[in-house]
Amino acid sequence: MGLLDLFRSKQKNTANLAKQRLQIIIAQGRVERGGPDYLPMLKRELLEVIRKYVHVDPDAVEVNLGTEGDHEVLEMNVVLPERSNGSAGA
Amino acid sequence: MSEVIVVTSGKGGVGKTTTSASIAMGLARRGHKVVVIDFDVGLRNLDLIMGCERRVVYDFVNVINGDCTLKQALIKDKRQENLSILAASQTRDKDALTQEGVERVLNELREEFDYIICDSPAGIEKGAFLAMYFADRAVVVVNPEVSSVRDSDRILGLLASKTRRAESGDGKIAEHLLLTRYSAKRVADGDMLSLKDVEEILGIQVLGVIPESEEVLQSSNSGNPVILDADSNAGQAYDDAVARLLGENRPLRFMEPEKKGLLKRLFGGG
Ligand SMILES: Nc1ncnc2c1ncn2[C@@H]1O[C@H](COP(=O)(O)OP(=O)(O)O)[C@@H](O)[C@H]1O
Ligand SMILES: [Mg+2]
Repeated sequence: MGLLDLFRSKQKNTANLAKQRLQIIIAQGRVERGGPDYLPMLKRELLEVIRKYVHVDPDAVEVNLGTEGDHEVLEMNVVLPERSNGSAGA
Repeated sequence: MSEVIVVTSGKGGVGKTTTSASIAMGLARRGHKVVVIDFDVGLRNLDLIMGCERRVVYDFVNVINGDCTLKQALIKDKRQENLSILAASQTRDKDALTQEGVERVLNELREEFDYIICDSPAGIEKGAFLAMYFADRAVVVVNPEVSSVRDSDRILGLLASKTRRAESGDGKIAEHLLLTRYSAKRVADGDMLSLKDVEEILGIQVLGVIPESEEVLQSSNSGNPVILDADSNAGQAYDDAVARLLGENRPLRFMEPEKKGLLKRLFGGG
């Protein structure tokens, strides 16, 4: 990367902004579409995030869409390994 | 065992037809019997990209309606005899394609061909629905750009619910991400979504990354799928994608900006 490029990219990293916006709107769209279709994908992504911090098995993460009263509830259950020291390292 | 592969995207103009033509040609070059079908009723274009526009006599809707036999409607590629093209109808009747008719034609094609490539129209209407409904695999063509990515996610939702495999519980359709019109330089500059970004957002396996390339337009101009241009980056990237589709393991290429001279590197531009 050139010197000017360095200055330029500090001013506008629009790709990052695009990514953040997409992640929010797409997550919202998936929930709106309802049904269990998005659950596998959501679960996979959640699992990846969780695994950055603690090592858990795929079946230790449970994601469900349910109803409580008159609103829908997204429920997530993560079973942590027995003795987690907090940090997992990269 | 034949396979039906849909090339789809949601958004228009992202490279579905370009991709369908090159994947079909690539599979045929490797000895497979391949047919590529244009599902874009009213907006026939695949014939132009394949360079056979003046040889279209009958089309997909003619076959469904029984105006001709399937054999009469199939156009044999002049470069590759194991590759055939089935053109879209130019009718303005949106209901010309029926689910039952499409199924009948696909079943007949399955008897003769190893791969049936379905070039989907844009949108999420009937044409796009029918192009994906009978698929075994999907190549989701995405540009590194917000609206394309969002539309692709919609399409992934439909692939997971509105297809025969999804409805019959016959196992999920295999989904492949093909990221096209990729500019490694713009990604490095921070103004284009990277492959990693798109993979993370959509959560599907990458089949290939096709760089933005001038040769694509030149290939369209001459009616030769860009995969035939072995000197072009796009052609080579499509060849890699076809190899991966067949299970080969090939590293991604053209993911770094092309090297420039020292002055340009220092002062940017270009
Ligand atoms: N890798 C690429 N580099 C440059 N231009 C491309 C590339 N892929 C597609 N295009 C161009 O984008 C436009 C739309 O492509 P097309 O395949 O017709 O899209 P779709 O079928 O999705 O509408 C065409 O003008 C085509 O030449
Ligand atoms: Mg098209």
